[in-house]
Amino acid sequence: MQEFRFDLCTLPPEAEALRKEVRAFLAEELKDLPAVTRAQTWMGFDAEFSRKVGEKGWIGLTWPKKYGGHERSAFERYVVLEEMLAAGAPVGAHWIADRQSGPLLLNFGTEEQRQMLLPEIAKGTCFFCIGMSEPDSGSDLAATRTRAEKVEGGYKVNGTKLWTSNAHKAHYMIALFRTHFDPDNKHAGLTQFLVDLKTPGITIRPITDLAGNAHFNEVVFEDAFVPDNMLVGSEGSGWGQVTAELAYERSGPERYLSSYLLLQEMVGELKARGDSSADAEIGRLIAELVTLRQMSLSVAGMLEAGENPALEASVVKDLGAIYEQGLPVKAHELLGGEPRLAGGSDYEEVLGYLAQVAPSFSLRGGTREILRGIIARGLGLR
Amino acid sequence: MNELQTILSDTANRLLADRVTRKVLEAAEAGEWQAGLWQALEENGLPRVLVPESDGGAGGGWAEASIVLKAAGRHAAPVPLGETILAGWLLAKAGIDMPEGPVTLVGSGAMIEKGKITGKAPGVPYARHAGHGVVLHAKPDAQSTKIALVELKDAAIEEDVNLARQPRDTVTFSGEEAAKSGEIPGLVDVKLWGALLRACEMSGALSSLLEQTVQYAGERKQFGKPIGKFQAIQQQLAVLSTHVAAANVAAAHACAAADKYGEKGSARFEIAVAKIRADEAANLATGIAHQVHGAIGFTYEHSLHFATRRLWSWRAEFGSGRDWAKELGHAAIERGGAALWPFVTAR
Repeated sequence: MQEFRFDLCTLPPEAEALRKEVRAFLAEELKDLPAVTRAQTWMGFDAEFSRKVGEKGWIGLTWPKKYGGHERSAFERYVVLEEMLAAGAPVGAHWIADRQSGPLLLNFGTEEQRQMLLPEIAKGTCFFCIGMSEPDSGSDLAATRTRAEKVEGGYKVNGTKLWTSNAHKAHYMIALFRTHFDPDNKHAGLTQFLVDLKTPGITIRPITDLAGNAHFNEVVFEDAFVPDNMLVGSEGSGWGQVTAELAYERSGPERYLSSYLLLQEMVGELKARGDSSADAEIGRLIAELVTLRQMSLSVAGMLEAGENPALEASVVKDLGAIYEQGLPVKAHELLGGEPRLAGGSDYEEVLGYLAQVAPSFSLRGGTREILRGIIARGLGLR
Repeated sequence: MNELQTILSDTANRLLADRVTRKVLEAAEAGEWQAGLWQALEENGLPRVLVPESDGGAGGGWAEASIVLKAAGRHAAPVPLGETILAGWLLAKAGIDMPEGPVTLVGSGAMIEKGKITGKAPGVPYARHAGHGVVLHAKPDAQSTKIALVELKDAAIEEDVNLARQPRDTVTFSGEEAAKSGEIPGLVDVKLWGALLRACEMSGALSSLLEQTVQYAGERKQFGKPIGKFQAIQQQLAVLSTHVAAANVAAAHACAAADKYGEKGSARFEIAVAKIRADEAANLATGIAHQVHGAIGFTYEHSLHFATRRLWSWRAEFGSGRDWAKELGHAAIERGGAALWPFVTAR
């Protein structure tokens, strides 16, 4: 049985110095933002805010300077991310490109792709979405059917991507398409492409979620042409590339801080009420927060060291999603109060928002069941 | 791991794996002192892992001690190894030489007055077998803590045990003379450091639970295949493993804080977090481990209960998760919502 590795990390002094800077910036930038808007954190989309973050040099923090990056450590990056989330900054516009698409291009992209896109991402002016899921390919990602057929000078794409967050506002999609079909090996024949979303033949239709927000989409490709130079990595290597990407996607602070603002409101509300009946439960929630933060930091440390902590990332995401989802339930149990869409106290509105979006926390970025399957494989059971 | 840590891990795990046999565990549960096991631990210097090298110890910090404590928990060592390690650390702080043999911790109830010990202390681990006990007593100005090393042979000992049949005796002192006494700066309390001991030992016991359960799921066949091939079992084991990982991280984090902040109790927050997390992991993990083991795991004949009964007792010793969580939560609410994040990130 493989033991999980969670070596502790201590944040270096330069990361703590940066924390102060980020906090000061956010205190000013977010001072008029209502609590319920802040609660959206990385679901909140504000292109102007992202441009300002890019201006501060806080996107592409670890990337080489020649691509517009800042060559700082993963720990400094981690501090920027956790401060943004804890403050409820609307980071959604640049989040995916900074977290996932940029690193993917650094790992597998061509020089041309890097030069074309990384500086724009780092400026906070170029936004990405991830085209993985399809109508018949959710957890079973290798069932991807959207075809990229070789034609003169590129590929002709037909099919549908689904649940694509921010596709309607992003400039590019990193898409996983099928370039070859082998009925005996569905993991083979998948290829990643960089898709300009202005390409003719692409129709983007927002899908309204149960809370009434339209952040994810159906993206239909009808004979959409993607040129050869937009292939990422090598043809047929999509599965391996996507798997490597997932450690970045699954272990960050957004995997346990999505409901943090509710915890903050709960603490504030209990103080205002002079209510000590929930002391123990609040203590437990704080203990879990601290533990998850150490686990998440540990994975960041392993990523910085060039390791592949895919297994540990799954552990963080599974525990993190339980935590994020549990908070609205705990709030209801401990404090009660009507969840409200608008016109309520900060606590009531934040609760109203998070109670509705919480189900998505254990679906997006890999369902709970898929993560636990990965963990079980790590335990040698599969 | 550094060199000392590797040596400690190898030594402790090998020694305990060899020595803590089923026969030893059963004999210990029947009330027999495991002198051979203790002697082997002393010969390898393990009880003195936190004693400075200049005083004949290994000169380790809590990062090193946690390796030994985890091993003790993993192998269910039926001796007061953790208590003696902590006693050695506290005595060294006051410049008091550590005696031979096991030393236990006398918690609240005992007092030091003019070099004499009085009072009644319940739940003293292995008091009947320990030659000595360490008593702490905060001075009225709360600026320092009196510490006394006392021989237990003259004290009145009422025997009792926890669920794992580990001795938890009530010790009544009637003015026994301290063998040695001294002072440690700051407020040092047995409950706090005992909580760190138990959090580390629990992380070891939890790892052993996971190992045993994964192994059993691979061996036990039903419906023509190992039960570990069923998704329902795999998902349960995955959950078990995430909680074991979390308890381990929390314990390691608390040990790092103890090394960073020293003995004065500034690591109180992290130690509380570790005990809370170990408690919660124990609740979940023992349930899953027993469920996967089925009826065989519920028998005395099977070895699973040596870990689960310890966890059920340890989660309550030196403050339950609930006790520590109340303290933590109360302080956080006092500080208010806006102060929460700055507080968490400053640790």
